[in-house]
Amino acid sequence: MNVCSLRIDDRALTVAAGTSLLLAARRAGIVIPSLCHLDGLTPVGACRLCLVEVDTAGPLAACVTAAAEGMRVRTDTPLLRDIRRSLVEMLFSEGNHTCAVCIADGDCELQTMALRVGMDHNRLPGRFPSRTVDLSHPLFGLDHNRCILCTRCVRVCDEVEGAHVWDVGWRGERCRIIAGLDQPWGAVDSCSHCGKCVEVCPTGALFHKGSCGGDHPSHPERLAALLRGRRRQEGPP
Amino acid sequence: MSTAATAMLRVCTAAGCRSRGGEQLRRHCATAATEAATEAATEAMAAGAPPLRVKGVGCLGPCSDGPLLAVDAEDTTRLFGFAADQASGRARAERVAAGLQQRLRATGSAPAGAELGTWRPPGAHLIPADDPFLALQRRLVLERCGLIDPGELDDALAAGAYRQLRAVLEQDDPAAVIAAVQRSGLRGRGGAAYPTGLKWQAVAAMAGQRKLVVCNGDEGDPGAFMDRTVLEGDPHGVLEGMAIAALAVGADHGFVYVRAEYPLAIARVRRAIAQAQRRGWLGTAIGGSRHGFDVEVRVGAGAYVCGEETALIHSIEGRRGTPRPRPPYPAERGAFGLPTLINNVETFANIPVLLRLGCEVYGRGTKVFSLTGPVRRGGVLEVPLGTSLRTIVETMGGGSASGRPIKAVQTGGPSGGCVPASALDVPVDDASLRALGTLLGSGGLVVLDAGTDMVDLAAFFMAFSREESCGKCIPCRCGTVQLELLLRKLLARRGTAADLAELERLCAVVSSASLCGLGQSAPRPLLSTLRHFRPEYTALLNAEAGQPQAVQP
Amino acid sequence: MAELHADGLIEVLSRAQELEGHLSPALLRHVARRLRLPPSRVLGTASFYHLFRFTPPAAHSCLVCTGTACHVQGAAALLAALQREPLAQWGIELGTVRCVGTCSGAPLLVVDGRVWNHSSGATAVADLRRLMP
Repeated sequence: MNVCSLRIDDRALTVAAGTSLLLAARRAGIVIPSLCHLDGLTPVGACRLCLVEVDTAGPLAACVTAAAEGMRVRTDTPLLRDIRRSLVEMLFSEGNHTCAVCIADGDCELQTMALRVGMDHNRLPGRFPSRTVDLSHPLFGLDHNRCILCTRCVRVCDEVEGAHVWDVGWRGERCRIIAGLDQPWGAVDSCSHCGKCVEVCPTGALFHKGSCGGDHPSHPERLAALLRGRRRQEGPP
Repeated sequence: MSTAATAMLRVCTAAGCRSRGGEQLRRHCATAATEAATEAATEAMAAGAPPLRVKGVGCLGPCSDGPLLAVDAEDTTRLFGFAADQASGRARAERVAAGLQQRLRATGSAPAGAELGTWRPPGAHLIPADDPFLALQRRLVLERCGLIDPGELDDALAAGAYRQLRAVLEQDDPAAVIAAVQRSGLRGRGGAAYPTGLKWQAVAAMAGQRKLVVCNGDEGDPGAFMDRTVLEGDPHGVLEGMAIAALAVGADHGFVYVRAEYPLAIARVRRAIAQAQRRGWLGTAIGGSRHGFDVEVRVGAGAYVCGEETALIHSIEGRRGTPRPRPPYPAERGAFGLPTLINNVETFANIPVLLRLGCEVYGRGTKVFSLTGPVRRGGVLEVPLGTSLRTIVETMGGGSASGRPIKAVQTGGPSGGCVPASALDVPVDDASLRALGTLLGSGGLVVLDAGTDMVDLAAFFMAFSREESCGKCIPCRCGTVQLELLLRKLLARRGTAADLAELERLCAVVSSASLCGLGQSAPRPLLSTLRHFRPEYTALLNAEAGQPQAVQP
Repeated sequence: MAELHADGLIEVLSRAQELEGHLSPALLRHVARRLRLPPSRVLGTASFYHLFRFTPPAAHSCLVCTGTACHVQGAAALLAALQREPLAQWGIELGTVRCVGTCSGAPLLVVDGRVWNHSSGATAVADLRRLMP
């Protein structure tokens, strides 16, 4: 196997060539923050929380940057700390995130991230957009107020379930997740009710109907287990 | 411009002059010439001389004087404009055509146009050939633009189109072509200024049966229309450059991506492709060789970000035009997963010229600029790289037209910045302009006079970037919104020194954290105006707004 | 790369809008079926681009160019003047466009696809009135 040696935060390690810096760092026991990344889905490098400094180059997204021989990577610098906190503040400013009344309170990756980056208050003014909640699906709900546009739901539905119920509509600050032709979710007949999108949602945007605070069953890690299981079943050629 | 052996009228029918009645003018003049020739033939009771040729051509340069009309007769060329003419397009066309017919009748059965050497179209003013706007140009990319009828392949062939492609086919040595491009030092003209030869080499080095060549004509910078000018004026020059590139890198298919806001450019490129296919300059076995290369047009649908190469690729594939992280670079994995060479329109148009001239004569090459804003003479001009901005704006453009002095020149569009009047002696090349905190960009120059509010201009560009942000990455999607809010707050005189500091901090976050060039450079117009015109920002600060106060409704 | 492949989606949508004036849900569904694409992908793509519209157009369109050259020569005042007029009642839809690349006529309008150079609020309103039947 083709391997390469690199240093991440002054820890020397050797990984298979092509391994992403995010994964390589994890092997070294360093967890780089991320929101859009999820093991099992195609990385998109969109949330920018996993930015790391490589040698003297500008920040690079660890989820889409491959480890290379001799690389020196720094995952926690004053610049990166300011970027990460600013990004989380931007997300809180952009949507309507009120943890106290959220179904995902205590089980939310955005909330955890805010704590991790030291966001004790938001330096940016809130935008308080007017957004809707879609409760048309018999089992699940979608609260656009809590969506951070990580596109995990879009990717899992397309890449794993193969239904492609979801996509991103519009652009820029007007971006939002759409089902079918921007229809009520319940009216989109390609939805198989599998619930994978709900499981991978990092916030309380996608949720099981009938659940209440404290029992938000979000299990992003189950996707990796599912994919491992499928691979085993298919077996080596 | 070369002199023409026989008499001819060339009327600019590119989009700028067209909006001032250029096409009407051409039509009326052509009718007048035909009628005059018929009359002459009838009187002589014999088949007369062919009528005076009236040709619709691409951009003649000083658009602000349009519609432009060039008269070629008796081995001289005289360029006329109608800047002071207040008549409607139709009235002007009828007046000029009547004057033309009268003059042609006077010549009787003599060769058409023999008497045009002294003719002045009624209502027109002469733009002398030694006017700096014309005299200081070095037209390489625009060599044929304004001379040939862009809708006629024969016209382009007679002026030398596809000659270099033939030479390259005969030589059949791709490595030599790439070496020549590399030796010339040509850098991409779309804004990134990446060495073209290196890009070609990277694509040529990729293994694989199929490769693509893409021409980026998504000229999105407001105030920039060099690529429109090239595509409208000499589409075959671009196709020839693409075909040479395809041979050099081993590609068999190409796309020309043109923004939808350029309907005339789209029509002319489509027509040029069809003509080239019919005559074997595109398609299978081009120029009778063993190489095949075909081109199709892809039309944008209104998205500035599609000028970014990975977004452009997605758009060509029929997807949302969102950029993706690089690597992999398009050279490795581009459209449809194939190795893809992407160059800008002007870059491709440079290729046949530099191969023909050789590196010595070609020198550093040229850059095409569009000069706009309150300037006396504006339009499209091509000058040697390194010409000073002052020469372009003050000597060629004639300085301010508004009576107010020039304050700055905006370069590089929403990704660029401003050159203050005090620094106008800067040579226009990428490195010099970067040192001033702006960019050469694709070549749009917008002159700003003393009446321009620089904070308002920064807010204008931030609003542009906010509207054009694709929304994929957080710093660009949310950061442009926050930055514009802060600028509006300053403009409303509700901002404090802390807001100004926050503005600079957020600029650093957005530029270092964004996924693609649009986001990374979105703060540049703000930072550039802050660098050169900081007092305009501090003058807006409100010392009393420091404490929290009631928000104004 | 034949016409009715997924990569031709933007071309197909442009052509459809040319014919129908706008992209209705029925039209989008038809395009999705013909190209064998998920409906969300078709709408996601269409809604990304400025030029696609999902409501029928008015009889006339008037776009104020808000490019840089027009902006520094009075486009904002022109737009404000037009916004004060009841253009919708005259069957005119008011919008903006970011530079059509003929900046020597700044500030300019694009009315039903034609460029009107050096427009001011007063001249534009007078000329637009003439579009009324």
